[in-house]
Amino acid sequence: MSTATETQRKAPAGERVADWADGRLGIYGLAKANMRKIFPDHWSFMLGEICLYSFIIIILTGVYLTLFFHPSMNEVVYHGSYEPMQGIRMSEAYASTLDISFDVRGGLLVRQIHHWAAVIFLAGMFVHMFRVFFTGAYRKPREINWLFGFLLFVLGMFTGFTGYSLPDDLLSGTGVRFTQGAILSMPIVGTYISMFLFGGEFPGTDIIARFYSIHILLLPGIMLGLVVGHLILVFFHKHTQFAGPGKTNKNVVGMPLLPVYMAKAGGFFFLVFGFISVIAAIATINPIWALGPYRPDQVSTGAQPDWYMGFAEGFVRVMPGWEINLWGHTLVLGVLIPLVLFGVVLAALALYPFIESWITGDKREHHILDRPRNAPTRTGLGVAWVTIYFVMLIGGGNDIWATHFHMSLNAISWFVRIAFFVGPVLAFVVTRRICLGLQRRDKEKVLHGRESGTIKRLPHGEFVEIHEPLSPEQLHTLTAHEQYKPIEIGPTVDENGVERKPSALQKLRARLSKSYYGENNQIAKPTAEEYKEITSGHGHH
Amino acid sequence: MSSQQIPEENLPVEQGTAHGAVEGAGDPFADPGLPAHKPRIQDIDERAANRSERAVALMFTLSMLATVGFIASYVIFPVDKIVYIWPFGHVSALNFSLGLTLGLALFLIGAGAVHWARTLMSDVEVADDRHAIEATPEVKAKVLADFADGARESALGRRKLIRNTMFGALALVPLSGVVLLRDLGPLPEKKLRKTLWAKGKQLVNMNTMEPLRPEDVVVGSLTFAMPEGLEEDAHDFQSQIAKAALMIIRIEPDNIKDKREREWAHEGIVAFSKICTHVGCPISLYEQQTHHVLCPCHQSTFDLSDGARVIFGPAGHALPQLRIGVNSEGNLEALGDFEEPVGPAFWERG
Repeated sequence: MSTATETQRKAPAGERVADWADGRLGIYGLAKANMRKIFPDHWSFMLGEICLYSFIIIILTGVYLTLFFHPSMNEVVYHGSYEPMQGIRMSEAYASTLDISFDVRGGLLVRQIHHWAAVIFLAGMFVHMFRVFFTGAYRKPREINWLFGFLLFVLGMFTGFTGYSLPDDLLSGTGVRFTQGAILSMPIVGTYISMFLFGGEFPGTDIIARFYSIHILLLPGIMLGLVVGHLILVFFHKHTQFAGPGKTNKNVVGMPLLPVYMAKAGGFFFLVFGFISVIAAIATINPIWALGPYRPDQVSTGAQPDWYMGFAEGFVRVMPGWEINLWGHTLVLGVLIPLVLFGVVLAALALYPFIESWITGDKREHHILDRPRNAPTRTGLGVAWVTIYFVMLIGGGNDIWATHFHMSLNAISWFVRIAFFVGPVLAFVVTRRICLGLQRRDKEKVLHGRESGTIKRLPHGEFVEIHEPLSPEQLHTLTAHEQYKPIEIGPTVDENGVERKPSALQKLRARLSKSYYGENNQIAKPTAEEYKEITSGHGHH
Repeated sequence: MSSQQIPEENLPVEQGTAHGAVEGAGDPFADPGLPAHKPRIQDIDERAANRSERAVALMFTLSMLATVGFIASYVIFPVDKIVYIWPFGHVSALNFSLGLTLGLALFLIGAGAVHWARTLMSDVEVADDRHAIEATPEVKAKVLADFADGARESALGRRKLIRNTMFGALALVPLSGVVLLRDLGPLPEKKLRKTLWAKGKQLVNMNTMEPLRPEDVVVGSLTFAMPEGLEEDAHDFQSQIAKAALMIIRIEPDNIKDKREREWAHEGIVAFSKICTHVGCPISLYEQQTHHVLCPCHQSTFDLSDGARVIFGPAGHALPQLRIGVNSEGNLEALGDFEEPVGPAFWERG
């Protein structure tokens, strides 16, 4: 009877709308699983949010810009309101970008928000990616999401490149020329790809229109799909969390989406948007009016790509100009090798999770994050990668370094050439040692307690520092990490006395496993026995 | 090399299976369970909570004012008004005010929402269970059985003729799409080998648009030239100048180290391609003492007194030289096209 009376009462309007939608979309089922979904809290988890929000900002501002931009290389003579360019020949693309900057009210602001957001989007993805890398968040079941993120990073680079090339100004045109030169270096297909991409010889009259459709439709379309997939997987896997009291591999501890993260994450969108708007108001980015329209026979000094293309630029700048001429053909190694290295360095990042899981042989799910110190080899490799990246950024800006710090350009190029080989090795060794040192300190802290800073003088005159024992929460947190044992090849003779030869791959794997988890490559966690022995009386100082 | 070969003992023992204090009473490192919630000032003091409410409301109100300010700025400031604002210098009044007001309006919504979440919404941490992502064996068995049924009913495995022809058709049909891409551009042919330069074409000074005369080119100067007949409003001007642009300098003939360079010069006036042989930037930095030119893009450096050979940087070969002479009118003219392709190297360059 009670159900009958309940259906009698008129539901509130919101509920009736929800009922309507539920009858068609099944939203109650979705909401049941997701409305109070638990998200763990850590400052580093918001890095990905910065990327998501700057991506949304880029789409919003980008749509606005398409309303005014003319992706055409038709030559016009400028008669707009920017005096220094009066009567100058330029493409319609450049002229319309000047119009957006000087005649459309707010156009300059939107252009600058768009460009700043793109720069921040790429920087955000870079940092977010390394948060995921150094904490091992890419492990099973998240390898595919790592690849989604990796693709977003790479596609973001190319979307950025095609975007800043659209205004057809002197700087970006030079970047396009550089790209064409790099394409030409490809053996056999280079000239064909160049002709097909540019619709003939460089620069031709097609490239801006083609970049336009790539920039506003093709790449962002793919990226939007990847972003949605990335987010669905984050929801589906549930977020990772750091080890701590009450946190296990089988649960997720935090606060619910509604209301806390709805407000925090929703609010954070506005914080990011507001922050970028203020930057766009006070800091000029890409002042194309100061550069002039593109002409293949003109150039300005200090030409630099956007930062995320800087490491590719570095490879191109410091590579010796090797060329091999044989049988009437030219192998342009001086440009081809940088092009290949650009791909190899990025691919290493994409493949790493699979290499690591092959070495560990671990097929279990991982939801508890590693502290970087507890995975010294991984952390060392990550820092080595970042070192290559930043060394190459220096190479990409060698002229800027030379002019700003009054150094020899040749010396900088040589430094980068050497540092490309030496830097990552050094970074790896140093990082791993630091990690091991931090592991030792953690062990010390667990076994002997925290240094309190209080010095006590003993009756016989000895000074000792009082160590305070850690709380059970801290003890658990500092010992919660997992430690692998290195994989052994196993007996080379089986039970019947038949010799079994381990394959080269097995040997390699055992060697790698040892370098990851061997005796000197991780510090054994304190055991309960060690702890009890030390805390039960003697040796407490 | 599958996981099956790895003995279980290589894998670490997993710690803790459920939230809350569980295992080993004797284990000093056992998970003590979720710590008790520590109340915030707003949880226990209603006045503090009210203060937070007012702070949040203030931020939302200021955001509204900022939006009003945005609209006002849009209406008030002319698009070309430049003002001096310390420390930013001379900036567009419209861009500056629109950006700041929009930024504030957005930022204050965000700050209000975050402050609201942090001070007034519950901050009690709760735990949710994770569920295995892999399907249970029963589900997997059902799916495989369903798939086997479907596959059998399709008869794809039995009727090989259908299967093979279908694969053939599906493999071929994308070719249409590839063929359609053919007209993206012409074939390279000899296009990258030829420029507008030809025997008898006069060198036109790109600043004055007048034919260059030997007496115009003094020692130490750098002049840019293009072939006569190329007009800036020509439809293919950009593509032509991208190959034909020239650098003209004059060196005392005795100072020219390269024999061929001296022969191809006219009284020490030499003409080199301006397009870098690395990736095609125009070279523009000339050091008159050393006769070195530097490409500002990737810093390839060429010695123009020695056949424009590469002395530093990533370029792979010397800049092509154009053979020049003087015609009957006393103007500089080309004695032919470049003998090798200008610009970046490519596979067919040879």
